[in-house]
Amino acid sequence: MAKLRVPVTPRDHILGDDNAPVTVVEYGDYECPHCAAAQPIVADILLRLGDRLRFVYRHFPMVEVHPVAGPAAEAAEFAGSRGLFWQMHQSIFVNQPRLSVPLLIALAANLKLSPVDLRDALASGAFAEKVRGDFISGVRSGVNGTPSFFVNGIRHDSPYGVATLASAIDQAILAAAA
Amino acid sequence: MTDILTKGTRAPGFTLHVTPDQTLSLDELAGRRVILAFYPADWSPVCGDQMSLYNHVLPEFHRHGAELLGISVDGAWCHQAFARDRKLHFALLADFEPKGAVARSYGAYRTAEGVAERALFVIDEKGMIAWSYCSPIAVNPGADGILDALEALPSLEKKDGEAQGSRNAA
Repeated sequence: MAKLRVPVTPRDHILGDDNAPVTVVEYGDYECPHCAAAQPIVADILLRLGDRLRFVYRHFPMVEVHPVAGPAAEAAEFAGSRGLFWQMHQSIFVNQPRLSVPLLIALAANLKLSPVDLRDALASGAFAEKVRGDFISGVRSGVNGTPSFFVNGIRHDSPYGVATLASAIDQAILAAAA
Repeated sequence: MTDILTKGTRAPGFTLHVTPDQTLSLDELAGRRVILAFYPADWSPVCGDQMSLYNHVLPEFHRHGAELLGISVDGAWCHQAFARDRKLHFALLADFEPKGAVARSYGAYRTAEGVAERALFVIDEKGMIAWSYCSPIAVNPGADGILDALEALPSLEKKDGEAQGSRNAA
């Protein structure tokens, strides 16, 4: 059973309470259709569980097959450096079918972020190392595709994928209370 | 499931087509570390695809002084199309004729289905198997086991140490 090897730190993008009984870490790729399909399910779970869940997102872009996934992850990091990671994260997934670098810049502009600064950050690879770091942490933890979820450090392995994530989280909450 | 060759066994040699007009022998890689990744077939679904994943982990494998070779019973032309489609930067070997002979020699052939197991081997610079793992056929084993095995091997050359040193300093 694959385990999360790299613990959650303040460098991560975190939603929810640090004292929540359950932490879910997702490794995702902004160009992966399965990841986009998982987003509304994750949003529902977050809404339902409130402060009982801490949610962390890490990048796992398969850039050779998803050429915009790398720039998209860097654009999300750019937004994150200005306090708007989750807003950018959400708009990238919502716009996945027409994702491109110009679109990323437009999405940043919608969030009142500087298009010029984003273009510079993408050109210089300012956030590339952070994204690669996430990717390698996933590889070391046995991430074998996207999306991969870790519930309290254990990879959620289910033939039904994200459809059974909510019940796995509920079980982890019960186990934490026991 | 068959029993795959284990740690401490000499890696059986082979010569297989790597492109329609070129072959590659394990002997040619003597003195280097080799990762052999047997897999059932080209063209499995994109997002969870094992070879695509390894393609993205290649720099880490190289940092550990290891070459990656993918092997399936698909023919060289099929491999070529698959490698192009997935933009793979490592060699795919065709264990095509006699079909699955190399997979069999590693204990990694599934007679009923006529395909290779999803079996991984790390071969050291002396040609000995240093680690092996056979994954359930439907499960992409990821790359963590390979990287752990490479890290467990003694340090190879100065270059590795330097690379690690600069990484730590960064």
